[in-house]
Amino acid sequence: MFDLTGKSALITGASGGIGAAIARALHGAGATVALSGTREAPLQALAAELGARAHVLPCNLSDPASVEALPKAAIEAMGSLDILVNNAGITRDTLMMRMSDDQWADVLDVNLTAAMRLMRGSLRGMMKARWGRIVNISSVVGATGNPGQANYVAAKAGLVGLSKALAQEVASRGITVNCVAPGFIATPMTEVLTEAQQEAINQRIPAGRMGTPEEIAAGVLYLASAEASYVTGAVLHINGGMAMV
Amino acid sequence: MSDIADRVKKIVVEHLGVDEGKITEGASFIDDLGADSLDTVELVMAFEEEFGIEIPDDAAENIQTFGDAVKFISEAA
Repeated sequence: MFDLTGKSALITGASGGIGAAIARALHGAGATVALSGTREAPLQALAAELGARAHVLPCNLSDPASVEALPKAAIEAMGSLDILVNNAGITRDTLMMRMSDDQWADVLDVNLTAAMRLMRGSLRGMMKARWGRIVNISSVVGATGNPGQANYVAAKAGLVGLSKALAQEVASRGITVNCVAPGFIATPMTEVLTEAQQEAINQRIPAGRMGTPEEIAAGVLYLASAEASYVTGAVLHINGGMAMV
Repeated sequence: MSDIADRVKKIVVEHLGVDEGKITEGASFIDDLGADSLDTVELVMAFEEEFGIEIPDDAAENIQTFGDAVKFISEAA
């Protein structure tokens, strides 16, 4: 099950905890991977860890020209682009009343518009191949909302709608478009929280703990596989029961 | 002209998997050659690539038949 031998995958935000776990999972299943992100050092370290079949393609997703060039660079490096994982995301948290246009635009540009551009740039090869997998990393807050994150929530909910529209456009070509919506995941970002803060979070989660990046990666691996060929326009919630939507 | 028609025909055969004999001047991509809306987008993009031209959306809408495509490309290329 879930053999990706011969497939090529582009993962954005691969320098982060969840992105790196996704890259490891797809690579472990046999895929060739292109690791993208803004920070080159962690990408190089991950590529060195993975060994063969790993390429580093740094990209600033807030720069439209760089985003347009990324799928082409991935195809050049790997020969094809069969699997796209839009994982990169940024936050600029603040309450709505205090939110500047820049804080809004920065988050929408990277989390939603860049994902759209990467999907558009990846489709042609997938259409020709009559096979493709697009997995967009949304968030539980895209379904539930979250105070202080109006921009992030709008982008993550936007990804869900975008995925469903595209899923309908390309389903007849063997291309699936799905979302994975993580809940609270333990990453370097959550490690800075105090024990009391972490405890408060855990009490909101029926599973009683935060998820791991590997638990998110497993969902992405499934949606990227041949076995998930009849799953499209879906949102796979991986959140320990925190929101049952 | 005939060179353009041959190249267009080749693209249509490749994309739609239809018999070359069915591609007549008045053959409609959708009604006669079995294309769906996504196929027509793919065809237009393939024409743009092959001939190094840009086909705006409103022009693409008017390219319904093989003859339409050859005519548009002959004028644009």
